[in-house]
Amino acid sequence: MSSNSFAYNEQSGGGEATELGQEATSTISPSGAFGLFSSDLKKNEDLKQMLESNKDSAKLDAMKRIVGMIAKGKNASELFPAVVKNVASKNIEIKKLVYVYLVRYAEEQQDLALLSISTFQRALKDPNQLIRASALRVLSSIRVPIIVPIMMLAIKEAAADLSPYVRKNAAHAIQKLYSLDPEQKEMLIEVIEKLLKDKSILVAGSVVMAFEEVCPDRIDLIHKNYRKLCNLLVDVEEWGQVVIIHMLTRYARTQFVSPWREDDGLEDNEKSFYDSDDEQKEKTDKRKKPYTMDPDHRLLIRNTKPLLQSRNAAVVMAVAQLYWHISPKSEAGIISKSLVRLLRSNREVQYIVLQNIATMSIQRKGMFEPYLKSFYVRSTDPTMIKTLKLEILTNLANEANISTLLREFQTYVKSQDKQFAAATIQTIGRCATNISEVTDTCLSGLVCLLSNRDEIVVAESVVVIKKLLQMQPAQHGEIIKHMAKLLDSITVPVARASILWLIGENCERVPKIAPDVLRKMAKSFTSEDDLVKLQILNLGAKLYLTNSKQTKLLTQYILNLGKYDQNYDIRDRTRFIRQLIVPNEKSGALSKYAKKIFLAQKPAPLLESPFKDRDHFQLGTLSHTLNAKAAGYLELSNWPEVAPDPSVRNVEVIDLAKEWTPAGKAKNENPTKKFYSESEEEEDSSDSSSDSGSESGSESGEEDEEGDSSEDSSEDSSSEPESESGRQSDTENRRVAKRNSKTKGKGDSKDEKKENEKSKTSDSSNAESSSVEESSSDSESESESESESESRKVTKEKEKKTKQDRNRLATDVSLLDLDDFNPVSTPVALPTPALSPSLIADLEGLNLSTSSSVISVSTPVFVPMKTHVLLHRMSGKGLAAHYSFPRQPCIFGDKMVSVQITLNNTTDKKIENIHIREKKLPIGMQMHVFNPIESLEPEGSITVSMGIDFCDSTQTASFQLCTKDDCFSVNIQPPVGELLLPVAMSEKDFKKEQGMLTGMNETSATIIAAPQNFPPSVILQKVINVANAGVVPSGQDNIHRFAAKTVHSGSLMLVTVELKEGSTAQLIINTEKTVIGSVLLRELKPVLSQG
Amino acid sequence: MIHSLFLINSSGDIFLEKHWKSVVSRSVCDYFFEAQERATEAENVPPVIPTPHHYLLSVYRHKIFFVAVIQTEVPPLFVIEFLHRVVDTFQDYFGVCSEPVIKDNVVVVYEVLEEMLDNGFPLATESNILKELIKPPTILRTVVNTITGSTNVGDQLPTGQLSVVPWRRTGVKYTNNEAYFDVVEEIDAIIDKSGSTITAEIQGVIDACVKLTGMPDLTLSFMNPRLLDDVSFHPCVRFKRWESERILSFIPPDGNFRLLSYHVSAQNLVAIPVYVKHNISFRDSSSLGRFEITVGPKQTMGKTIEGVIVTSQMPKGVLNMSLSPSQGTHTFDPVTKMLSWDVGKINPQKLPSLKGTVSLQAGASRPDENPTINLQFKIQQLAISGLKVNRLDMYGEKYKPFKGIKYMTKAGKFQVRT
Repeated sequence: MSSNSFAYNEQSGGGEATELGQEATSTISPSGAFGLFSSDLKKNEDLKQMLESNKDSAKLDAMKRIVGMIAKGKNASELFPAVVKNVASKNIEIKKLVYVYLVRYAEEQQDLALLSISTFQRALKDPNQLIRASALRVLSSIRVPIIVPIMMLAIKEAAADLSPYVRKNAAHAIQKLYSLDPEQKEMLIEVIEKLLKDKSILVAGSVVMAFEEVCPDRIDLIHKNYRKLCNLLVDVEEWGQVVIIHMLTRYARTQFVSPWREDDGLEDNEKSFYDSDDEQKEKTDKRKKPYTMDPDHRLLIRNTKPLLQSRNAAVVMAVAQLYWHISPKSEAGIISKSLVRLLRSNREVQYIVLQNIATMSIQRKGMFEPYLKSFYVRSTDPTMIKTLKLEILTNLANEANISTLLREFQTYVKSQDKQFAAATIQTIGRCATNISEVTDTCLSGLVCLLSNRDEIVVAESVVVIKKLLQMQPAQHGEIIKHMAKLLDSITVPVARASILWLIGENCERVPKIAPDVLRKMAKSFTSEDDLVKLQILNLGAKLYLTNSKQTKLLTQYILNLGKYDQNYDIRDRTRFIRQLIVPNEKSGALSKYAKKIFLAQKPAPLLESPFKDRDHFQLGTLSHTLNAKAAGYLELSNWPEVAPDPSVRNVEVIDLAKEWTPAGKAKNENPTKKFYSESEEEEDSSDSSSDSGSESGSESGEEDEEGDSSEDSSEDSSSEPESESGRQSDTENRRVAKRNSKTKGKGDSKDEKKENEKSKTSDSSNAESSSVEESSSDSESESESESESESRKVTKEKEKKTKQDRNRLATDVSLLDLDDFNPVSTPVALPTPALSPSLIADLEGLNLSTSSSVISVSTPVFVPMKTHVLLHRMSGKGLAAHYSFPRQPCIFGDKMVSVQITLNNTTDKKIENIHIREKKLPIGMQMHVFNPIESLEPEGSITVSMGIDFCDSTQTASFQLCTKDDCFSVNIQPPVGELLLPVAMSEKDFKKEQGMLTGMNETSATIIAAPQNFPPSVILQKVINVANAGVVPSGQDNIHRFAAKTVHSGSLMLVTVELKEGSTAQLIINTEKTVIGSVLLRELKPVLSQG
Repeated sequence: MIHSLFLINSSGDIFLEKHWKSVVSRSVCDYFFEAQERATEAENVPPVIPTPHHYLLSVYRHKIFFVAVIQTEVPPLFVIEFLHRVVDTFQDYFGVCSEPVIKDNVVVVYEVLEEMLDNGFPLATESNILKELIKPPTILRTVVNTITGSTNVGDQLPTGQLSVVPWRRTGVKYTNNEAYFDVVEEIDAIIDKSGSTITAEIQGVIDACVKLTGMPDLTLSFMNPRLLDDVSFHPCVRFKRWESERILSFIPPDGNFRLLSYHVSAQNLVAIPVYVKHNISFRDSSSLGRFEITVGPKQTMGKTIEGVIVTSQMPKGVLNMSLSPSQGTHTFDPVTKMLSWDVGKINPQKLPSLKGTVSLQAGASRPDENPTINLQFKIQQLAISGLKVNRLDMYGEKYKPFKGIKYMTKAGKFQVRT
């Protein structure tokens, strides 16, 4: 035996294999282990021989047969020793099949399974990430308790692996280890915590799955990762999305206050900055209430929305339940369309989706009403689908649509599927009770059905009529008479019983008929069904009590018949009734109450939806489908009264930036993204190799974050490309690529130009800027066609450039740093430190002069909501236009100021083809117009964005706004404060820069201000309102510093407000652009001095 | 999540089992068989069956039940969607998904299942990645494998799994670069007795067959994108671009895939391309009934209607039918009471009709409902919604691909009530 395996090992020649062979043979004493099995091994002897042969093909054949046995559920465990030897085979297919075998039988053959462990341990160290991952996968799938420590160690190591794929497998392994040994929970939670911080989209889904399995109650682990998960969500693979969305739904229900309450005054002061956002939100929501949605809450709702478009039904359902459970009621409507779309899918999907719709439609009818017709039943639907559709139709029925529905129901009643027809009749009954207008119609319709030829239909109708009549018994004597007649023809026992019951109940209303019915029944008593017999007895008893003259004898006759009936139930009932109603000396006190007992007012049955009580289960869950708590179901908690501290989700800035850097990388998706992922791999091997690459990656990631935030403020601006979250990463990347290539286009001459530029005034730089614009537009088209590899080169080139001069770097930074951290994510932190640390690292890495300060654009601290009139509706023949400055970096060009234009159609006709023509711009000024708008509906409004390069001057941009028929001349004059971009810098840098900008470059003024103007927040608010500047953290209470740079030339603009004693303050502005500086000074002065 | 998978054929044999966690005895399927018995028809077996310790979630396709066993709470659609994905993968691998084929390829099936789930959680479900890991069997490869002893398992590592475009294989090469798109629209409609439309919707898909070298980046734009009411995309489509510009921009997977499915809602008026004239009556007195159907074109935009098939489920009381068609062939199955008439093309000059008598069971009462008529048809080179592709552009690669777009309209669930 041992020589045999040695022979194989020598042949295969692998050193590893030899080692294993030795191990294998030394651990099992060959004769013992194999001898044990040899007796009953006869039938598999040939397989064993094949496995021990030298030829791979024979082994493979054997393994295939074994896998075939496993698949069929036959026991192949006796081959374990022979198979496990091949675990180190060089042939991949053999190896894989051995893995399959091992995972299946390791549990049963624990000792032998240990032989294979060392192979996996070795593979865990393999340089190839895929081999490491698969080794971990198999190792963790071997359910042998002895190796728990080994697994734990392997998981810990893999969780720190550089490859995200290995980390993903580590997350899977966590669950496996947990199910093998729950004792390890604490240690595993540590690993989960670590992996939750991971920014790779590969890992996110798997680790959340592990979280849900191991420690779903540790909601505190999610706080810091909440925003990251929300932002990554769109790019995670579909299965991960489902798990994450379900987890976040639970999270949101514990962390945010209910958006459903109307009278909620929860507002903390911290949130004052979002007031403006909220205002707009409220506008869009068309409701005015003091409730403010937590920005994080909004983030989740917004980021899940695109997933409604997923092709995966599970994802769509997950988003739908998220909207249902956590979004404001007014917004949940959007899910109905997507859910209705799913109804096109397979029967199983339909079944689940319809169940969920049924539950939803009970509570909020309006949501699905427009889709009423989608729930019409087709004769080819399986019965279970038909019944569910019927259920939904019933829920949706109201006064308006009931007549259409009843017509539809008529068709269903005639269906060949009798079970379904019966269900329809029930439904009609429910509609009749719910909608009082149609009760009579329904009733007469049902009475018509009584003459139907199908017994089941008739029976069901009788039962439903009985229920209906019970509710309003007064006026339906006619129907009862009609039904009494039916007794001659109907044979279905349930129906006959129902009719008898009904007559008995109403015997006083039909005093002539009832005794006659009893007479007939007495005749046929013996041949009736048991159910009917019982009701005959009941009828007799009731008549005896109300009309004993006529029926006394009849009843006694029936009671006598019943006494000797074969069925003991009937004998029983007979005895009971006799004792109760026929007075004799033995009868107890009860007989006095006999009438009350038999003819008591009985409560009408409630015709209710069977889905009524399902709503306490989370939608889309197994428990909801089963209407019973499934194992492991996690209750959705109620909204908290007061929101827990929202700041727990704040991630410290440094942390955050570090975290987000690779997150951005991972988010990127397309050509450029490909490149980033490569760069990541490069990074794996040597960290320093691709700093600059990762820099641009991280920036674009941040752009996404920013995109989110900007959408926050303008909820429905779908026309504004930059404000979209999610999949935008692609386009963003392309934009980055464009910018990169632009940098290339500028070429060498740029350096010289830069030097000149400093001395130039704003006017003189016009020529240059326009040429830049040109080159940028050129390279736009170029980069479109460029392959990814090229864009990579470009970035490399950029890297070189970066080294060349600091100035260039500064502009580059501003190019890339278009948008920055989401203000949403840092709700309290005022000065948003904007520079991503990776960038700082780059700068340090480049070893630039230490004196160089770091200038980078940060997010606007505040965006004023002020709008300016562009075109009044009177002069625009009904077309009104307003513009505002969203203070977003412009997406059309880095030297442009972005301008948002809102167009309103106040006429009652469509306005078509709105576009811009005949730009009359001062020299050097550039404008990027919006795409023509095809048409604007009456009362419609649309927001578009454009970019204007004002060349750092307050000159007016004039152009014509044209519709299909008219042209209107309009112009935009920018306030000087909007020509700036905020800059984040430290106080030290500020002082240094200020020191370089003295003399000519300094303007100052003393202002006298009311003391109430002096609290820091007021000053800040006032300055920021006027100028789009960044706040510099200040060490002194009486000095406030603001920093910005001009959009076009990027010159610094430093504003200092120094408070002196006795209501005076010194306002100092340092800038190269003295003209703008003085204009800004003029504008700031009155603002600060006025009360 | 998913513990085990059992494949059960229509006669109730478990012919394949696979476990991802510890083994679940196949006796758990007894609960399934019970439910199956209760449901009488395969279609009516509930997709979710609770048992004391497990839950059975099943899908029924190609006459096979795919039964997944789970133990704890999980979104049911998650499992169902996954099972459908498994079936799709098998179909993709073997052409058909049937019991004999699965049995023949049991090793490949096992390998694929092994890759698709790890510990019950989906790992690789993109068919492109799977095919890189495990090559689908072809006749040629089987022959070669038996001779050379090489294997179906790919020897290169599936780098696609790590890629940021996981749906695309790396290193794709073609001599003929081509991209074909099929715009297929299906009309779902219910037409009432009098011929008026009760409900009609258009469900469309764009299926693509893209065989392009390298990493092409495609954009597809429509003349009238506003028609699309509700869309769902293949993950490769950049959602933002669609939101802002109504352009489909994507790096395509290699081979066949569904790019987009869309919905044109019932609110827009849907053109119904055919009408059915019917005169069906079961007379009470005699045991004979009259039956007459005529099919004709309505709004076809000048195109011919092809592949017309009329089916109808006759009531139980019908014994036999003696019919004569003006064209095509018809069959009536007296056991299932299914009438099927293969009409073929509709010639507007000479409308196809089917006439004859129905013989009813003696003594049985007259069926109270006339049968519903189901219609199938095809119209080439027409998208009934009017959707038109404007242009297709390719970026990122130098060569000129061959591009083609085909339109087709089909009947979906098209029913005429009589």
